Amino acid sequence: MPVNETLATYSDWCFRAATLIYVFAMIGYAVEQAFTRTAKRSEAAVLVGAGGPEVAEAPKYGRIEQAPGPDRAERSGRVAVALTVLGALLHLSSLVLRGVATGRAPWGNMYEYGAATMFIAVAAWLVLMRKFDVRRMGVFVLTPVVILMFLGGTVLYTEAAPVQPALRSYWLVVHVSAAIVSSGLFLVPGVVSLLYLVKSAHEANPARFAKLGPKLAPADELDRLAYRTTIFAFPVYTFGIICGAIWAEAAWGRFWGWDPKETVAFVAWVIYAGYLHSRATAGWRGTRAAVVNSVGFAVIVFNLFFINLVISGLHSYAS
Amino acid sequence: MSAAVAFLRNTWRGLTSMRTALVLLFLLALAALPGALLPQRSLNPPRTADYIAAHGWWGTLLDRLQFFDVYASVWFSAIYLMLFISLVGCLVPRTVEYAKALRAKPVLTPRNLARMPHHGSGDTAAGPDEVIAAAQTRLKGWRTVVREEEGGARTLSAEKGYVRELGNLVFHFAMLGLIVALAIGKMFNYEGQVIVLADGSEFCNSGTAGYDTFRPGLRVDGTDLDPFCVRVNDFTVDYFPNGQADQFTAGMDYQAGADLETGTWRPYQLQVNSPLRVVGDRVYLLGHGYAPIFTVTFPNGEKRTQSIQWRTVDNLTLLSQGATKFDPPGITDSEQRRKGQIAVTGLFAPTAQYDGTLLTSSYPELKDPAVAVDVMRGDLGIDSGRGQSIFEIDQSLVDQGRLTRVARENLTIGQSLRLDDGTTVSFDGVKRWVYLQVSHDPAQVWVLAFAVTMFLGLGLSLLVKRRRLWVRATPGEGGRTVVSVGGLARTDQAGYGEEFSRVATGLLDPRKGA
Ligand code: HEM
Repeated sequence: MPVNETLATYSDWCFRAATLIYVFAMIGYAVEQAFTRTAKRSEAAVLVGAGGPEVAEAPKYGRIEQAPGPDRAERSGRVAVALTVLGALLHLSSLVLRGVATGRAPWGNMYEYGAATMFIAVAAWLVLMRKFDVRRMGVFVLTPVVILMFLGGTVLYTEAAPVQPALRSYWLVVHVSAAIVSSGLFLVPGVVSLLYLVKSAHEANPARFAKLGPKLAPADELDRLAYRTTIFAFPVYTFGIICGAIWAEAAWGRFWGWDPKETVAFVAWVIYAGYLHSRATAGWRGTRAAVVNSVGFAVIVFNLFFINLVISGLHSYAS
Repeated sequence: MSAAVAFLRNTWRGLTSMRTALVLLFLLALAALPGALLPQRSLNPPRTADYIAAHGWWGTLLDRLQFFDVYASVWFSAIYLMLFISLVGCLVPRTVEYAKALRAKPVLTPRNLARMPHHGSGDTAAGPDEVIAAAQTRLKGWRTVVREEEGGARTLSAEKGYVRELGNLVFHFAMLGLIVALAIGKMFNYEGQVIVLADGSEFCNSGTAGYDTFRPGLRVDGTDLDPFCVRVNDFTVDYFPNGQADQFTAGMDYQAGADLETGTWRPYQLQVNSPLRVVGDRVYLLGHGYAPIFTVTFPNGEKRTQSIQWRTVDNLTLLSQGATKFDPPGITDSEQRRKGQIAVTGLFAPTAQYDGTLLTSSYPELKDPAVAVDVMRGDLGIDSGRGQSIFEIDQSLVDQGRLTRVARENLTIGQSLRLDDGTTVSFDGVKRWVYLQVSHDPAQVWVLAFAVTMFLGLGLSLLVKRRRLWVRATPGEGGRTVVSVGGLARTDQAGYGEEFSRVATGLLDPRKGA
């Protein structure tokens, strides 16, 4: 199946435009972050439902706004969200165009894989922003996204092309898309857990992270956000690993062979299992769990970059 | 005596505690990691040997500590064995507890529901019995119990989400099953690789000797393999216009079971990603390459023709290297024989490209095949009893002067060269070969079944929330009834708030909650 060069070129343009727009969105979030007055747990959260007939709602935390209208920080944040949506649409177009141009699922090499993963991360963040009051922290999520996209678009960039015979299987669609969705989702709790560490350090000692600490959402909210995203991503990751094993049985002659990629996926899986256990273990909730979650994401990124680029194994289709 | 029992009991408690399980999990992750960073003997023995050699005492030390056989090492096994024990020790009491919880009634309603993380209250004209009855209908799918309190108050305790714990238990038990299935697989599996010429050559799974390499499981001695045969008729590669390979196909026939007696062959197109599955074994297409055909015509007029696989040295262009070895015919004196053995060694290119006279290949298909050969004559060392590579000649014999080069030339198909004693060597054509793997693992379907069960259990245990809800209806002033509602999520609080508000609003203010 020949590659449609025109569409492939449009796809590349969309990718670059999306990256650029994410940079602007990042600046927007950064401005909002910089001009936001100290966030406090709103009183409402504590009082909700107490005594009155009106019944508890999901606790909401928020910043207390002095001015009634949107101030500079607020406006900047809203613009940043709009830009993120626009960037995500361009990002999605880039993926779709690649797929149409090559006539296959657009995740056949590292560039495409990374691009799709980052799209999931951004989309997940957009969804979470609707459920949690975390907009101000967008800069911390978009920064790794932009860095990874920049690396993807330069170092890892691969021309649109058909994939090798070993990849020509519907398992490519199932296994790799599960890996993409879970890895993209894992980015969010990975970042949020780091913020949790900052926040709880600040809460323990207000002199630490004195500037950043007050502007982050409360620690328990960050913990909840990380947990909820992780329990969504973890089964998807599990599913992806099982599908990988089924595919390996058909393609490589064994369902599990401790190939470097398989090994590190196993390590990451065990670490996330450890994260879930740690939240049910006395003395491990909170800080330690957050460290475990961040380490989990570090291992996912390590698996993507280091194992593909430095170590040769059966998964080395990138070169 | 009692001290020993106490010690055992404490060890057991320690080993099966959640904290130990957690530490063991992290140890497992840590212990698995070196296997991804260091070369592993099971995956790539030559690279492992090179690595050890290149790292001196450090390499030797790591080797002693089994860092090149991580997944078979004592320490890795110890960790997962301890996890296994910890898991059993954790699951047994949890299962008992779960069985009890299933029969137990939802717990008493706490005195002060306003202390619960979720709560609300209101009053209504309906009587306590009515309120509780209404609550019971509303809480369909919850396990409920109604109790009476002093002073005419009625309470309802409701609980939901038992499936969470069930899912969790299923998940952990399935993991146990998976580990056992893996162990059984390791006992009874085998895996063998063999090169077969794609010219109608046959290969039968009748013993380990037929394989080029064979790796048996711990309980396999190679005498009892599943009998079947394959015959490789041809091999084709489809290409994209840009020269990239699209699909590899080996046209095969196979026979197994009753077909072996009747001699019936059944066709199969063997491709990457679609192994042949037959009598519990799987046959995979792992690779392919070329086998040039040479004919040696000896001075006495006798001819010998051979085609043996040459090894691919460049995966993109399929430039290949090898040694085709000939015995002089009709000579019985072994001394004489060892003077006149011939090896045709060198390079084969499917599409020849010359750099001066140096042959390389520019394309993997047979567009313009050519060989660059060194013809060696003398003692090949085949009779010495020492095993040697089929791809090479024994260099030490060359160094000793017992094997000497008698010609060097580039040949295309149909061309030949002549040696000083009148022997001619001709390059007649080329065959293709395929590299097949035969795998056998009787437990792998069980591994799959347990993995899927794990996944389903995990889904239940993460998505379902265990939660409690209480209602207390107390007769109040003026014939009205005070209703208070409390809620508690047993596991993670996240997400219970919305559900609680929906239920509670419905109970306290039926118009709004409808
Ligand atoms: C082979 C190692 C193990 C792995 C990979 C593993 C994996 C997991 C996973 C993925 C979960 C998440 C499901 C959930 O949160 O409901 C979980 C939960 C749980 N596991 Fe394990 N587990 C292992 C061993 C153990 C052991 C040895 C124990 C007992 C000491 C244990 C006790 C629990 C408990 C109590 C939960 C529920 C925690 C909660 O409700 O959040 N696990 N396990």
